[in-house]
Amino acid sequence: MDKYSVYSARLVDQTEYMAPGHRACQGCAEVLAVRLILKALGRDTIMAMSTGCMEIISSPLPLTSWRIPWIHNAFENSSAVVSGCESGMKAMMRKGRIPQKKINFVAMGGDGATADIGMGPLSGALERGHDFLYVCLDNEAYMNTGIQRSSSTPYGASTTTSPAGKKSIGQHTQKKNMAQIAVAHNIPYVATACTSYPFDLMEKAKRAAEMNGAAYLHVLSVCPTGWRIPPEEAIKYGRLAVESGMFPLYEVVNGKYSLSYKPPVMIPVKEYLAAQGRYRHLTDTDLHKIEEMAMQEYQRIVRLSEGD
Amino acid sequence: MSEIGKGRKGIEVSIAMADAVAQADVDVIAAYPITPQTHIVEHLADIVANGELDAEFVPVESEHSAMSVCCGSAAVGARTFTSTSSQGLALMSEIFIIAAAMRLPMVMALANRSLSSPLSIWNDHTDVMMVRDAGWIHFFVENGQEAYDGIFNAFRMSEDPGVMLPVAVNLDGFIMTHMVEPVEYVDGELIKKYLPEFKMKNALHPDNPVSMGCFAMPEIYTEAQMSREVGIKDAYPTIVKAWDEWGALTGRHYKPIETYRTDDADYCIITMGSFGETAMEVADMLREEGEKVGVVKIRLWRPFPMEEFRKSVLGKKYLIVLDRAISFGSQGGPVAMELRSALYGQKDAPVVVNYVAGLAGRDVSRKDFRNIILEGKKKAVSGHTDGFTLYGLRG
Ligand SMILES: Cc1ncc(C[n+]2csc(CCOP(=O)(O)OP(=O)(O)O)c2C)c(N)n1
Ligand code: SF4
Ligand SMILES: [Mg+2]
Repeated sequence: MDKYSVYSARLVDQTEYMAPGHRACQGCAEVLAVRLILKALGRDTIMAMSTGCMEIISSPLPLTSWRIPWIHNAFENSSAVVSGCESGMKAMMRKGRIPQKKINFVAMGGDGATADIGMGPLSGALERGHDFLYVCLDNEAYMNTGIQRSSSTPYGASTTTSPAGKKSIGQHTQKKNMAQIAVAHNIPYVATACTSYPFDLMEKAKRAAEMNGAAYLHVLSVCPTGWRIPPEEAIKYGRLAVESGMFPLYEVVNGKYSLSYKPPVMIPVKEYLAAQGRYRHLTDTDLHKIEEMAMQEYQRIVRLSEGD
Repeated sequence: MSEIGKGRKGIEVSIAMADAVAQADVDVIAAYPITPQTHIVEHLADIVANGELDAEFVPVESEHSAMSVCCGSAAVGARTFTSTSSQGLALMSEIFIIAAAMRLPMVMALANRSLSSPLSIWNDHTDVMMVRDAGWIHFFVENGQEAYDGIFNAFRMSEDPGVMLPVAVNLDGFIMTHMVEPVEYVDGELIKKYLPEFKMKNALHPDNPVSMGCFAMPEIYTEAQMSREVGIKDAYPTIVKAWDEWGALTGRHYKPIETYRTDDADYCIITMGSFGETAMEVADMLREEGEKVGVVKIRLWRPFPMEEFRKSVLGKKYLIVLDRAISFGSQGGPVAMELRSALYGQKDAPVVVNYVAGLAGRDVSRKDFRNIILEGKKKAVSGHTDGFTLYGLRG
């Protein structure tokens, strides 16, 4: 993230590639992520999208919110579909069947589509090195089907398939570290971002698209409905996630880590978690344990960024 | 365009098919190994590696992704090919259905093989029958020449602006894929004349942003299904035309339903796939013994050529239908069920006797064919026509 000593208004392209009138819930930061990423990428973009909230809120036949070429095929395969788009375009341009043009190929899916059901296709596409950007819109559960747990749901969160109860803390496994899995593919670009930091998100999307080869962007996308928070507080919660160290923002460019944002004062994890409905059953001891786990990962990223 | 030349060759059928794909100048090949299809994509990998074909060879991590890559590639308007069998088809079936529903043109060589379990690599039609209702155009080839020709025919049908459907060229695994047969190649000039460059009207492109694969509420899903039904039915004349024009150019004529010695036949044996050749030989033998038997071969499976089929059999006394798959808990084999329903209520409809044979590569020899035909005739005469008989069942 850029660091300035003087603040002035930043300019953002007024063009909307995600048309207004879609059916996302109030305060949905996932659709905000889509909107901002498209602004960053611009018109020369082809997108393959997985089944999930963003697909359902945007494309009820015969309507569409998409002002870029867009394809939805199935839940788990957006990275394979985009592999096909990229390969097809590449071959046709090389053979002179269509004019040469720089096109951004993007696949987008939720955390369920990415970390669970679509893991094989994603790994395949990253490994083959197609020139594309994969965006994981992480709202930490299967929201489209009614807040079921995914492997990206954090420890302690109560969902409809990991409910908290007398004998359950809710989700009892740790959040799968997708960004690290992407890094393990030795692709040129991996980054994490959050809609509460819009310029950082847009810059990262742009940078990722400019890379030759596969890039992976993991976006924490606050979902007021699933997290059981007031819709008007979505942006605040994204900030709390980052400022508490629960969701570090960083980039890994050609294997080199750099922390994008270091909170001046780390706020307690409790401030981020306690008021969310999905965590309301947690005790202070639980919160403390979560904070310890979060700090471990945060410090690890800090160390890697400092070239340790 | 590829340099693979014309002429007559003794060649493995898989290699001939791969050569045809290269001659058709495809843009994208999605490949994943599975017996008995593997030689086709292996040979394509060679052709691309040697620079004989300028295409993207995408060695995917699963068949599910193979079909997904094909969908993406077809959606941008690239000429697209893949090949699979059995478990591969089962794994990709979710996307296989979506490909047809989204009207994405592509060609698949489907080397038919049995489905697990028990695991078996050998040939029958249980894989293709699993996707019978997916909305693809399906035709069957009987020998190496038909397999080679079928690739050009399939691209021509699939990419026709009035069709826009994926096409599966079905060939019997091993019985055809691994045989060396004489195949007459065509030259580039002929292909250019026959197979125009693929130009997709609403391909994904930034200059003409379209949305593909939207979801439907109940108010519109029914209409979307109807458009698929109309689409595949309307493809029929184009399918016939694609074969007719091929016939005019090459002298090799293909029809949705092929008949052999049926004009004066009292009854017929019905097959689909490579067993047709054996059936014809056996019919010749039986004719010499005074049996007035003919052979009806179903080449086009979907869209099913209802009228041609009826025309070819109405007035015959009985039909002995040979299936290569069982629809468990039903009347028997899918082909017989199809034919029974095609004939139901028709005037002069023959009686249908159903045999299932040749599962997972079990040999069906001339002697077996003879048994099936004569036994089947007896069943028909005595009125034992319900259900089906699993031929050669031991124990
Ligand atoms: C093969 C398959 N399994 C299950 C589903 C049902 N399904 C549709 S969307 C979805 C959840 C999506 O969750 P995620 O990817 O996290 O996206 P979100 O809706 O949270 O944005 C599920 C389970 C499906 N469409 N296809
Ligand atoms: S459920 Fe969550 S992610 Fe889905 S549209 Fe609503 S707020 Fe957005
Ligand atoms: Mg989700």
